[in-house]
Amino acid sequence: MIPAKFDYIKASSVNEAVNLLDEHGFDAKILSGGHSLIPAMKLRLNRPEILIDISGISGLNTIEETGSEVIIGANCTHTQIVNSEVIYKNVNILKQAAETVGDVQVRNRGTIGGSLAHADPSADYPAVVLACEAKIEVEGKKGKRTIDAKDFFVGIFTTALEDDELITAVRFPKVAHGNYQKFYQSASRFAVVGVAVVHDGSGVKVGVTGVADTPYRATAVEKAYKNNNDSDAAEHAVDGVEVMEDHFADAEYRTHLAKVMVKRALEA
Amino acid sequence: MEITLTVNGTEFTRDIEPRLSLTQFLREHLDLTGTHIGCDTSGCGACTVTLNGDAVKSCTILAVQANGSEVTTIEGMAKNGEMHPIQAAFKEEHGLQCGFCTPGMVMVAADILKHNSKPSEEDIRHGLKGNFCRCTGYHNIIKSIQHAAETINK
Ligand SMILES: Cc1cc2nc3c(=O)[nH]c(=O)nc-3n(C[C@H](O)[C@H](O)[C@H](O)COP(=O)(O)OP(=O)(O)OC[C@H]3O[C@@H](n4cnc5c(N)ncnc54)[C@H](O)[C@@H]3O)c2cc1C
Ligand code: FES
Ligand code: FES
Repeated sequence: MIPAKFDYIKASSVNEAVNLLDEHGFDAKILSGGHSLIPAMKLRLNRPEILIDISGISGLNTIEETGSEVIIGANCTHTQIVNSEVIYKNVNILKQAAETVGDVQVRNRGTIGGSLAHADPSADYPAVVLACEAKIEVEGKKGKRTIDAKDFFVGIFTTALEDDELITAVRFPKVAHGNYQKFYQSASRFAVVGVAVVHDGSGVKVGVTGVADTPYRATAVEKAYKNNNDSDAAEHAVDGVEVMEDHFADAEYRTHLAKVMVKRALEA
Repeated sequence: MEITLTVNGTEFTRDIEPRLSLTQFLREHLDLTGTHIGCDTSGCGACTVTLNGDAVKSCTILAVQANGSEVTTIEGMAKNGEMHPIQAAFKEEHGLQCGFCTPGMVMVAADILKHNSKPSEEDIRHGLKGNFCRCTGYHNIIKSIQHAAETINK
């Protein structure tokens, strides 16, 4: 399978990438690890005329620690996240999720920025960024801005990014206690259901992926847990949510899985 | 577009289309047909090579993305006519039947052993998640990688 023809440009700075996006508009696409984009281009679901490779931009693949946060460059691979001591100590839940992504080869190429921008409804990181209340740093023609995780995912494969914007980094507050639970789709290893639970002083924050066409915070679970401190709060996992159906899991089974995974994550 | 990369220690420069995959580049432009195409959709691992030391699925990498990099394919594993310990272990432990998946298995095994010189059975199974074998049932592949670890650690 061979993609449609395109021109390839290797950007050497964020500025250059933004200018190229601005100039070429809808015809251009950012290329990072390529592990979502290239398969889609081979199937010709995507036919960009210009690929802007951002993998060589310096400063986008670092992991930094500040007093209260861990800042992860958009080009950091899943493998970098798995192996990072800083993430292991301060945002362990992100490491847990990264370890479940695809396989070694996929983790060696795929990036956190690419995964978030792609917004696959079955991707793992969205649940984690929601539960952690991470902030997504983006840069475009109009300059830099910060998008809260809760405002970032707007629909299936759709985010709050403008056409001329790219993700430069993701900022995670340090999280003492969190757990990620995933029910694997056994062939692709994507999540049929993925649940991230973060405990803070007053309660829990729960992010869910794979269940709806957009990842969400299970606020009904959070409320019920706050009242009773009881993992039966998991019964509220899909309250107010339209549950997806596909040939791996119908809505009833997915609902069941969501409750079981929330319960496991709450109890972990 | 002109690219230059080092494959199995030798530098090659070729003029290629940006849409050429690294697998096609290796097979069709360098005649290194040891890297196999199984699914061509990033599922099976038959096309695994190492890129700057990390195992990757070359069907899902554009050759242009590998510009300036170092690639090792199965042809680069043997040295001076001697099989690499991983290859020797696959032979010894009957880690292959038809052999179609084997180049990918050997290359991913190299990545597993690079990060973990004494992998448990579970570590190996986790590391092989992206590689399919339709013949062996995996048991002997796991034994082969354990055997290779022992040889390398000696
Ligand atoms: C076999 C296989 C199994 C997988 N299993 C899983 C899994 O279990 N869980 C999971 O979560 N994912 C899984 N993935 C997806 C994988 O994590 C991808 O790597 C990831 O979704 C995309 O990252 P990338 O760097 O490869 O992005 P690319 O493919 O390069 O880009 C994806 C999209 O994001 C855009 N983009 C990339 N970077 C940026 C940026 N910095 N700013 C703005 N836009 C950007 C691109 O234009 C494109 O539209 C799997 C992939 C494969 C091939
Ligand atoms: S041919 Fe690349 S993963 Fe199957
Ligand atoms: S030996 Fe035949 S596919 Fe593995």
